[in-house]
Amino acid sequence: MQLPQFEDIISRLGKGQTWSFSGGVHPLGNKHLSNQTCTVRPPLPEVFIVPVRQHIGTDGKILVSEGDLVKKGQPLTQSSQAFAVPVHAPTSGTVIAIGDHVTAHPSGLSETCIQIKPDGHETWDSLEVSTNYTELDKRDLVAQICNAGITGMGGAGFPTHIKASGSKTVEFLIINGIECEPYITADDRLMREQSASILEGIDILTHLLCPRAVVIAIEDNKPDAFEAIKQACQSRSDIHVIAVPTKYPAGGEKQLIQILTGREVPRDGLPIDVGVTMFNVGTCFAIADAILRGKPLIERIVTVTGKAVERPGNYWACIGTPVNHLLKVAGYLSDKQSQPEVIMGGPMMGFTLNDAAVPVVKITNCLLVPADDELTHGSNERACIRCSACADACPVHLLPQQLFWHSKAKEYDKAQDYNLFDCIECGACAYVCPSEIPLVHYYRKAKSDIRVERDERNKADKAKARFEARKARLEREKLEREAKHLKAKEARLAATDNKASTSSKDKVAAALARAKAKRAEQSATADTKVDTKETAPTANDNKKAAVAAAIARAKAKKAAQQASQQGDSSPAKTADTADNTADNSADNTVTTEPPQDNVVDAQAEKKKRVAAAVARAKAKKAAQQASQQAETPPVQTPDTAGSAADNSTDSTVTTEPSQDTVVDAQAEKKKRIAAAVAKAKAKKAAQEKNK
Amino acid sequence: MKLTLSSSPHMHNDRDTSQVMRMVLYAMLPGVICQGYFFGWGVFIQGAIAVSTALAVEAAILALRKKPVARNLGDYSAVLTACLLAVSIPPALPWWMTVIGVIFAIGIVKQLYGGLGYNLFNPAMIAYVVLLISFPAAMTQWMPPASLHAVTLSFNDMLHLIFTGFTQSGLNLEQALRPMDGVSSATPLDHLKTGLTQASTYHELLTSRVYEGGPFASSGTGWAWVSLSYLAGGLFLLKTRIISWHIPISLMVSIAVFATALHLINQDIYGSALFHLINGSVLFGAFFIATDPVSASTTAKGRIIFGAMIGFWIIIIRNFGGYPDAVAFAVIIMNMAVPLIDYYTQPRTYGHKGK
Repeated sequence: MQLPQFEDIISRLGKGQTWSFSGGVHPLGNKHLSNQTCTVRPPLPEVFIVPVRQHIGTDGKILVSEGDLVKKGQPLTQSSQAFAVPVHAPTSGTVIAIGDHVTAHPSGLSETCIQIKPDGHETWDSLEVSTNYTELDKRDLVAQICNAGITGMGGAGFPTHIKASGSKTVEFLIINGIECEPYITADDRLMREQSASILEGIDILTHLLCPRAVVIAIEDNKPDAFEAIKQACQSRSDIHVIAVPTKYPAGGEKQLIQILTGREVPRDGLPIDVGVTMFNVGTCFAIADAILRGKPLIERIVTVTGKAVERPGNYWACIGTPVNHLLKVAGYLSDKQSQPEVIMGGPMMGFTLNDAAVPVVKITNCLLVPADDELTHGSNERACIRCSACADACPVHLLPQQLFWHSKAKEYDKAQDYNLFDCIECGACAYVCPSEIPLVHYYRKAKSDIRVERDERNKADKAKARFEARKARLEREKLEREAKHLKAKEARLAATDNKASTSSKDKVAAALARAKAKRAEQSATADTKVDTKETAPTANDNKKAAVAAAIARAKAKKAAQQASQQGDSSPAKTADTADNTADNSADNTVTTEPPQDNVVDAQAEKKKRVAAAVARAKAKKAAQQASQQAETPPVQTPDTAGSAADNSTDSTVTTEPSQDTVVDAQAEKKKRIAAAVAKAKAKKAAQEKNK
Repeated sequence: MKLTLSSSPHMHNDRDTSQVMRMVLYAMLPGVICQGYFFGWGVFIQGAIAVSTALAVEAAILALRKKPVARNLGDYSAVLTACLLAVSIPPALPWWMTVIGVIFAIGIVKQLYGGLGYNLFNPAMIAYVVLLISFPAAMTQWMPPASLHAVTLSFNDMLHLIFTGFTQSGLNLEQALRPMDGVSSATPLDHLKTGLTQASTYHELLTSRVYEGGPFASSGTGWAWVSLSYLAGGLFLLKTRIISWHIPISLMVSIAVFATALHLINQDIYGSALFHLINGSVLFGAFFIATDPVSASTTAKGRIIFGAMIGFWIIIIRNFGGYPDAVAFAVIIMNMAVPLIDYYTQPRTYGHKGK
């Protein structure tokens, strides 16, 4: 997709034109409830509850302890790393407790909070003031923003200093004054009352980021705020103040970028990838306050509205003010609510509090206290009629209906195919759904299930990897142990051999044995090569092994013949019998070995077994391949070949205990030959049978 | 203070399913009244039979399925299905045929598939096709517009005709519906279809009395007005955003395109675009039948394909098929294609690259 170029965008914005995003809804604004009066500073509450973490990222290190006296604006935590910003004392007073307290969280979780009892003096502990910030090192300026505890005031609470210290080129610095959620007027009032400060904040950001253009976007349902900002920017040709047509959720970051620049933030990308960085007007104000007036972020405007409060309006609430204090100040009317309900945030994306004792945090822009008949809850869920009003309303072009089917049926992979994770949970789909299906609720559930599943899978994978590593280690250790034992044994053997070799007779015997072994090996090779002869060469009396093998082969053949006569009734059994026979004969061979090999015997026995097993397995495999290739039905014949191979291998092994690697290779070769022979025989047998 | 919890969004617009259904019913009113004006009381009587049967069947099956009866009846979907069927069938259709049709529509096509929202096919159209195939003679027994009647039928006459097969004065269906001399009792589409088999050309046939008195040269006196009334109702639905423009517009455009193409190939056999749009149930179908949300495509692109293909099938079946009109068949054919269309017409999600 071709991105609109900078010049096109500027010329378009210059004409007051914007792009648009598809979908969106037009809920009743109800902003007049709260934007008619000036922002009020409420009296101090009895206690402030300041959560240590109020933003995306990690907690800072707590700097105070219980009983400490703190001044207004004094840092309570210290930023220890990039993603942590400090929190500050909202007033002067005493730290009365540090511990878990329920906080503003959709699930009503408890988090570490510092509770401060105000002394009423409001003694300041100001930050450093830098009116000449243009002369400062930019890094110092960013550090000051961080130390002032500034996070995005629009919603997500992303640490501002990170966005303000980007190294990529910024084409557009967008200042978000959209405030598209119904009811909320905090930014509206801020723009009307503090436009000069907002502009100062924008200047600081402009200094930091050097954007090619600055755009302030205000929804056209706030004409007064628009005028105020326009007025403040009168002499500033570099700042474009744009009125954006009212449509929810125009204030969403991605949506606003689309409206103003016609560009889309790539799926896994950030706004900076399309040359945009966006700040909320409240954030700009906080930056100006921090840099120019030395005030850390300890208060913000909170809209307290809804028909169940007597004096809806905007309040300068210190961070940490309990919600119930603000409700009291605004005049909560309990008789307007049959079931008490407080929504933190707007009616579209806000969440209901489960306890009114939770404190206001840096992202709290609204407390909505609706009367019973004020908001229509979509609690009357009916079957989906596939009207796709949701798809028409979706600002990110999802198919909410398909997502709903798959989320409800827990077909999460399919839900992800329909891009479940691109859902911004704006609630437009659920707002329009005629069947009043709480769609967003289903998506949240699906997303969290998928995340849990992913975590569990990761855990399981790690556990598996751990287990396998352990298994491998144990195996390795076992082998090492065996090798060690073997070495020790050999050493012992060598020792006895040395002793034995003192007598020349023994030496001769050993030489004889070696010679015999060599001959036996040769004959075994010969035996397998001379495939047409049914009887093994008998000239050498030391060819007992070969003889035994031949016997075994004969037996196996007989068994195989029997088996083929019987038909396919019990091929496996026959094959086994053949194997056993072969093994036995091989064993017998061993027992008839010359006495001087006695020491070697046990060892040889073991090795022989191992080798035999290996050879058998290989032979079996070969046989299977053979039977697949040849398509000769009787399985037992190849098996016989296997046993024959075993025998020859066995005999070799017994006579050549110390060379088992060599033997192995030979056995392999022999086994192959034997298998080929067996195959030929099997073919022959089959032909005979066919006759 | 114990606070209640709920999931966002906490706001909802005030349009719910039953309201949507009611709006569609209101939008049908001009068409229904016009139909009643030209074709007599039959359409209202059929409507009453169909609606009462639909409610009874829906209630019975909901009770069997252990679903809340009152709440589901209150969504007006059964009433709407019944009304759509009632205006599609000949006004003098024997009552039990209507009842069978409705039972099939609600009981089998809708409830056996899982109730509202789960049916694959448009219930009213399946019922219409079932009746058309089962009772071809009765289902094609459309009466000529009242002004062309040889005998005037009162409400009581019609009631008797539907329930007993005879009017109060003892006339049977055939006699009661007999038109004035020289006028065929066939619909304009019927007339063309049969006329063409008798070696008349399209233009010769247009001179017959069936096509007189209407707002256009190629439409009969009652039919065109009924169609236009439904068009008015449809525009109301568009205006109130109950339906989107995609299906009706693409359907009508496709009818116009394919009809014109054929008309250009052979003007003696194939009717013009206007002829096909204004006659039969194309306009009614475009706004009220094909837009049934449950059985239609759900993506914007998909809805355009869905509507255009219905138009295509209507022209094909009308010109080359065995039935004079084809809206029901075309809709059912495309209902089957909906899952496929939906799958391949997914919109590009924000920030994703095009597929």
